[in-house]
Parts: sequence; structure tokens; C-alpha cells
Amino acid sequence: MSILSVLWDPFASFGFMRRALVASMTLGMGAGPVGVMLQLRRMSLIGDAMSHAILPGAAVGFLLAGGLSLTAMGLGGIVAGLGVALLAGLVSRRTQLAEDASFASFYLTSLALGVLIVSARGSNIDLLHVLFGTILGIDASALCLMGGITTLSIALLSIIWRPLVMECVDPGFMRMTGGRGGIYHMVFLFLVVINLVAGFEALGTLMSVGMMMVPAATARLWTRRLLPMMVLSAATGMAAGLIGLLVSYHYGLAAGPSIILTCSVLYILSLVVSPAGLRAGRHVHETS
Amino acid sequence: MVAAAGLHDSAVRHIMGTDRMGRLHTMIPDTTAGTIRLEDAGAIMGGQTVWRHVTGSFRPGSMTAIAGANGTGKSTLLRAILGEVPLAHGTVTRGGLGPRDFGYLPQARIIDRGFPISVTDMVLGGAWQQTGLFGRADRTVRLRAANALHRVNLDGQAQRMIAALSAGQFQRLLFARLLMTDARVIVLDEPFTALDAPTTQDLLELVCEWHTQGRTIIAVLHDIHQIRTCFPDVVLLHDGQATWGRTPDILTPVILQRAYGGTRDRWADMPS
Ligand SMILES: Nc1ncnc2c1ncn2[C@@H]1O[C@H](COP(=O)(O)OP(=O)(O)OP(=O)(O)O)[C@@H](O)[C@H]1O
Ligand SMILES: [Mg+2]
Repeated sequence: MSILSVLWDPFASFGFMRRALVASMTLGMGAGPVGVMLQLRRMSLIGDAMSHAILPGAAVGFLLAGGLSLTAMGLGGIVAGLGVALLAGLVSRRTQLAEDASFASFYLTSLALGVLIVSARGSNIDLLHVLFGTILGIDASALCLMGGITTLSIALLSIIWRPLVMECVDPGFMRMTGGRGGIYHMVFLFLVVINLVAGFEALGTLMSVGMMMVPAATARLWTRRLLPMMVLSAATGMAAGLIGLLVSYHYGLAAGPSIILTCSVLYILSLVVSPAGLRAGRHVHETS
Repeated sequence: MVAAAGLHDSAVRHIMGTDRMGRLHTMIPDTTAGTIRLEDAGAIMGGQTVWRHVTGSFRPGSMTAIAGANGTGKSTLLRAILGEVPLAHGTVTRGGLGPRDFGYLPQARIIDRGFPISVTDMVLGGAWQQTGLFGRADRTVRLRAANALHRVNLDGQAQRMIAALSAGQFQRLLFARLLMTDARVIVLDEPFTALDAPTTQDLLELVCEWHTQGRTIIAVLHDIHQIRTCFPDVVLLHDGQATWGRTPDILTPVILQRAYGGTRDRWADMPS
């Protein structure tokens, strides 16, 4: 078997592999840049918590639609994710808890609630699908949703780029000079939620955040400039999609975890060889 | 002798509404346009009165230092002026100045210096009111940014990331950004803390330049000598009160001793 056929055959022979490839590339492209921003804002934990918050929403959608309906579950997920983002923002404003601490409390509640709802009505298979996704079972309508979300995400991100960056670096300056930074923060949280919802059909609620955080962490090791960092993060996610699918095909491994693990391997490799990684000696690389 | 507050102030008092945050939302007659006026103002932080019955004005083009021992409420006064802190009583009026007319350099900086943004982009951020939040920075603005960086001696640093700057360089950068805002009122909270003498001198000159351009300057400073040489007006906070007036009238050994403690001789020996 030639190298070319190793790379080519799985996608040439099987429609589900082609759809899985497009899906993972699309997800990587959308989630990568958002993940970079999330990490730079020291909100990694919040991304994690939001991915769990989506679960009960999707579960309610699952109940209402009476099965695995992408639209119903996606909408439910968006509503629940945004709800939790707003609620946690409120809680942290009212109390002394930091935002990520308040997110962490919602996190487990949401997960438990979601699992409860799905397992009350659905089968164990349904539960597995919701938790871990079905990247090999993606259909055309799901691809359209992912494509739409990725497009919207990149477009919105480039529109709010400047105010968002300013809000990140120095929120006080924005506020004091009459800018309303809070709006961009909310738009950004919305982007996080829709990207997680896009990922959840393919990778499940638990792993979709991996496509967001791990490539971003990898990219941060290689460059110190924002735009290249985001591009690299997206590229890493896309590459992981391709490599992960090939590995899963040839070795008969589960596709979703293979993709995320590929992200992890790329991260570990970068940690070893990149200039900002372990080679930089004891100089602590500040991540959140 | 010096009156406790509002020594040289003859600005007309206006009746006006302020919202919950004390932000002005009525226009006032031209005669006092640009005057920031505190009228029997008081602030409470964490349940404790910080200062009360403060009355006085910052006229357009005035240059006022705010002095006082640690914890006397200097930063709180600045934030009240900016509408960041609600007043417990009294009013603050801003003579038609909106948030966009203010340039502010806070003391406790919540700037994320690890964020990957270049010196140039940071400076350009100061001009967002002119370029809009989404518009591209055109040639003129870029030129202004380059000039601003030149003015604070950061020419060579334009392409570096902010994380790579020293504390003093970073403070220069914040001044360059302030230059870009073209604000009519410039509010500085201990702008020279932790800076070496040449940098302080440079930036102080820049502040004086702003003053000669007719901008209103309000700055918290700890260096009495600096205040004496550069700031015509001063607000001295002590014991929950403000002593407000011309600098030579206020920074006398007697009053300084009352405000800062120590012996009167110590304050009398100060170079003036
Ligand atoms: N967020 C807050 N909550 C409670 N109390 C506060 C808060 N901010 C300030 N204070 C109190 O208000 C008083 C004035 O504080 P402020 O920061 O204005 O003092 P300052 O004169 O600027 O001091 P410094 O010279 O140390 O900067 C202090 O007693 C402080 O403890
Ligand atoms: Mg202070």
C-alpha cells in the first residue's frame, strides 16, 4: 500500500469519512481562533464549563423533538449555554466569587442534569451519542449547520476584532473613554457557545471543547502575535482532524477521541520542540 | 489664610440631573462649558466615609494636583470625577463634557501585559474614538501614532510586543496612547510612580505641554516638590476633607504637617 493510498483511500471509498473530514476541518477552523481568545482572556475553565452547560439544553431539545434532532438539540444547547454565561456573569458581579469559580459550580450541576434528562427518556446509545458525538454519522444538514456556524464565527470575530482586543488588554480604558466593552464580551461568549454547539454533534459535549482549547494552547507555543496565533490554532485543529480520522480508520479506533488525542500529541510535541515550550528552560510560560 | 474648600471658585452653580452613577445628563450654559465642579460632594467606600463636603471646580485649562497621604481618597476623588464611583451626597457636574472627553490613567492597572498586542496597535487603540471601533486606521492616524511614540521616546519599540517592554517603557506607551485620545481633560493617578528621574522629567514635560495646549489636567501626585514647581492648583485631602486652592497657599508647612504628620521643620525645610 502506497503512502498516497493510505492518505487517500479512506476518503475516496467512504462517504461518511469524507463528511467526517469536512466536519472536523470546519470545526477546527471555527473553534481554533475562538479558543485562542478564550485562553488569552484566561477563561479556559469557562469554556469547559460552557460545554457542559450545553448538555441539559441539548437534552431538553432531545426530549421535545423525541429523538436525536440536530436543530432542536442545537437550539437547546445555545439557549442553555448563553443562559449559563449570563447567570455566571451575574453571580460573579453580585458576589465576591471570581467568574471562573462561579462557572465551575454550574458545570457539574449542568452535566448531572443533562445526563439525567437524556437517560430518563433515551437509550444508553442516545446518551453515548450526546456525550461523545457521532462524527462518523454526520449528515449533510449537520455539515451545513457546522459550516454556517464557522462562517458566522469567523465573520463576527473579524468584525469585533479591534474592540474585543482592546477590551481584553485594558477593559478600564475602554470603559473610561466611553466604549461599551461589555457588549463585545457578550458577543464573544456567544461565539464560544455556538462553536461548542457545532462541535457537539460530532464530538459530543465532553470533547467539543477539546477542539477549542488544545489547538489554541499549541498555537500559543509557536508565536507571540495574535493573528498568526489564531491561524495556527485553526490549522492545527484541521490537521488534527485529518490525522485523527486516518489513524482511527487504519487502526480501527474511535474517531472522535482519535482527533482530540491527535490535538494532544501535537500539543505535547510542540511543548518539547517549540521555542516557548520546555526548551525555554525554567522560564514559566504563562497560560491560564 | 486658606478656606477649607472652594477658595478661588466663582463658577455659577447649576441645578442639574445626574443619573445613578453621577454621570451628567443635562447640558449647561456656555459660560461654564468644560468646568468640572464638585458641589458639597461626599464619597463612601466600603461603608466608610472617605471624604465629605468637598466643593470646588476644575476649570477648563486648569492644572490641578491632588495630594494627600495614602488612603485619603485621592483615587476615589478621580473616579468620582469620572463618574466611576457614585457620590454619597452632593453633585459632580462636568460642564457638558462626556466620557469621550476624558483621558484617564488609572493607578491600579488591570492591563493584561501578557496579551499579544504590539506597541503600535496599543497606541492605535487610543484613537478608537476617531477611527471608530471597526474602521481601519488610515494614514493620518498611523502618522499620529508614530509621532506619539516618537514624543515618548519609543520610536524603536513600535513593532515589539507590549509584554517585552520594561515598566518605564510601558508607562511611556500609556502616555502615547493618551496622546492619541486627544482628550480635553486628562486625569492621571500617580503617573510617575516607579519611574526613574529622566523618564519622570520627560513625561512631566509632556503633561505641561498638554496644559499649554489648554487641556485640563488633574493628577494625583506624591512629590510635593513636583507639585510646587508645575501645578498651579492643588487639592489636599486629609481627615476626610479637601483643602482646595492655589498651590503656594495650600502647601505651607502648617497645612502639610496637618495632612502628612511629621514635624513642621521637615516641611519647612523642603525646597520650594
Ligand atoms: N473598593 C473599595 N472597597 C472598600 N473600600 C475602598 C475601596 N476602594 C477604596 N476604599 C477605601 O477608600 C479609601 C480611599 O481609597 P483611595 O484608593 O481613594 O485612596 P488613595 O488616596 O488613592 O490612596 P493611595 O495613596 O494609597 O493610592 C481607603 O480607606 C480605602 O480603604
Ligand atoms: Mg490611589
